[in-house]
Amino acid sequence: MTEADKKPTPDWSRIAREGIWDNNVVMAQSLALCPLLAVTGTATNGLGLGLASTVVMVLSGLLVSLLRGIITPQVRIPVFVLIIALLVTLVDLGMNAWMHDLHRVLGLFIPLIVTNCAILGRAESFASRQAPLAAMFDGLMMGVGFTLVLVALGAMREVIGSGTLFADASLLLGESLSWLEVTLIPDYRGFLLMILPPGGFIAMGLLLAGKRLLDRRLAARREAKAASALPAGA
Amino acid sequence: MSTVAGPIDRDRVGYQAVLLGGFAMIAAAMLVMGDIATRAAIEQRRAEDLLASLAQVIPADLYDNDLLADTLRLDTGDGELIVYRALEGLDVSAVAFETVGQGYAGPIQVLLGLDSRGRILGARVLSHTETPGLGDKIEVDRDDWILSFDGKSLGEPPAEHWAVKKDGGDFDQFSGATITPRAVVRAVKDGLELFAAQRDAFTASAVQQTAMDE
Repeated sequence: MTEADKKPTPDWSRIAREGIWDNNVVMAQSLALCPLLAVTGTATNGLGLGLASTVVMVLSGLLVSLLRGIITPQVRIPVFVLIIALLVTLVDLGMNAWMHDLHRVLGLFIPLIVTNCAILGRAESFASRQAPLAAMFDGLMMGVGFTLVLVALGAMREVIGSGTLFADASLLLGESLSWLEVTLIPDYRGFLLMILPPGGFIAMGLLLAGKRLLDRRLAARREAKAASALPAGA
Repeated sequence: MSTVAGPIDRDRVGYQAVLLGGFAMIAAAMLVMGDIATRAAIEQRRAEDLLASLAQVIPADLYDNDLLADTLRLDTGDGELIVYRALEGLDVSAVAFETVGQGYAGPIQVLLGLDSRGRILGARVLSHTETPGLGDKIEVDRDDWILSFDGKSLGEPPAEHWAVKKDGGDFDQFSGATITPRAVVRAVKDGLELFAAQRDAFTASAVQQTAMDE
C-alpha cells in the first residue's frame, strides 16, 4: 500500500516484467497448476485456456479494484471468490450464446478458470490495492505470462507426445490461421506418457529448471558486469 | 440501514454481514439476468448443433420435414429414447437416435442414422472422454474411421463380424487403443438391435402416430 502511495502513477514496465517473467503465475508463484496440467496436451488447448483466463483476469482486476474501497479485510476473500465465480459464469453464458463456435472449443476450459487460484491471488495481492487501470494492466500481463507458459508447455508435450504442433488451431482461431498446424514428425506413433498428466509434471519440471538456470546466468552476468565496471570507475 | 450522518464503523460485524450478503444478492441477481438474457440464444444454438449433427447422419434428400419437430419418444425398457424421424410425406424414410457405449474413460455417445430398412446412413460420436491422440480417432474431424459404418446393417456383415479385427470382426482398431473402437462398434450394434426389435414402433407412419396420440 505504501508503494502505491509513494508512486501515484503505476510503473507500467515493471508490472509487465513482473507478469511475464519475474513473478510469472506458474514459473514464480507456482499457482494455477491444476488447469495447467489438465489441458496442455496440445499447444492449441494451452492457448485457448490462456486467452480465456486472461479475459477473466482483466475483468476481475477491474471489479476488485473498483470495489476496493468498500470491501473490508475480514470478508475480502469470500467477496473475491464470489466476484470471480460470477464473472466466469457470465463469460461462459455469454460466449455460449453469442460466440458459439469459440465456445464449442473453449467451453471445456471456462469452468476450469474458477479453479485458477492465480486470479484470486492477483485480486488479493494487487488489484485490491491499486487503481483500476493498473489492476487491469496487471491482469493482462499476468494473463499473457500464463498464456506463454501454457503454450510453451503445450507445444513441448504435443511435439514429443504426438509429433504435431498447434493441431486443430483452425478450430480455435479460424481457418485463416490453419498454417499454424504443423506435423513435425510424419507417421509418428506417439509417446503417450507426455500427453497424459505425468508428462505434464515432467515438462513442467523441465521448464521450471530451465527458467531457474536462465535466471542464474543472467544474475551472474549482471554481477560480473558490475564487478568489471567498478575498477574501471575507481 | 445506516444513515448518511456519522461514519460507518467498518469493523462491526453488522457491516461485514450486510456487505457479504449484499454482494451475494447482487451476484445472484446478475446471474439471473445473465441467464435470462442468454437462455433463448443458447437454446437456439443447441438446436442448431443438434440439427447439424442430424444432417451428418441423415442425407437431406431423404426428408422434407423439421427433424427436431417430428420426434418420437420410445420406451426401450431402460429409459426413454428420443427418435428423430425423417419423413417423406407421412412415411418414415429414416430415423436417428442416440446410442451409448462404455469407452475406456467414460460413456461414448453415438448418434446413429438408419434408413427404414435398418441400414446405417451414418454414425457420429457426439461426446466422449477418451484419451487425446489415441481414442479420439473416433471423431470424424480427426479420422475417417467412423465412416466405415456407412452402409452396414445387422446382417451385413453377419452378427459375429460386428467386432474389431482383434476380436475377429470387420472393423479396424487403432494402434494403442482397442477399447475405444470396441465400445463404438458395440454401441452401434446395440442401436441396430434395438431398431430391429422395435422396428414397427420406429417406422410407424406419422398418420398412425397422430391417431394414437388422439
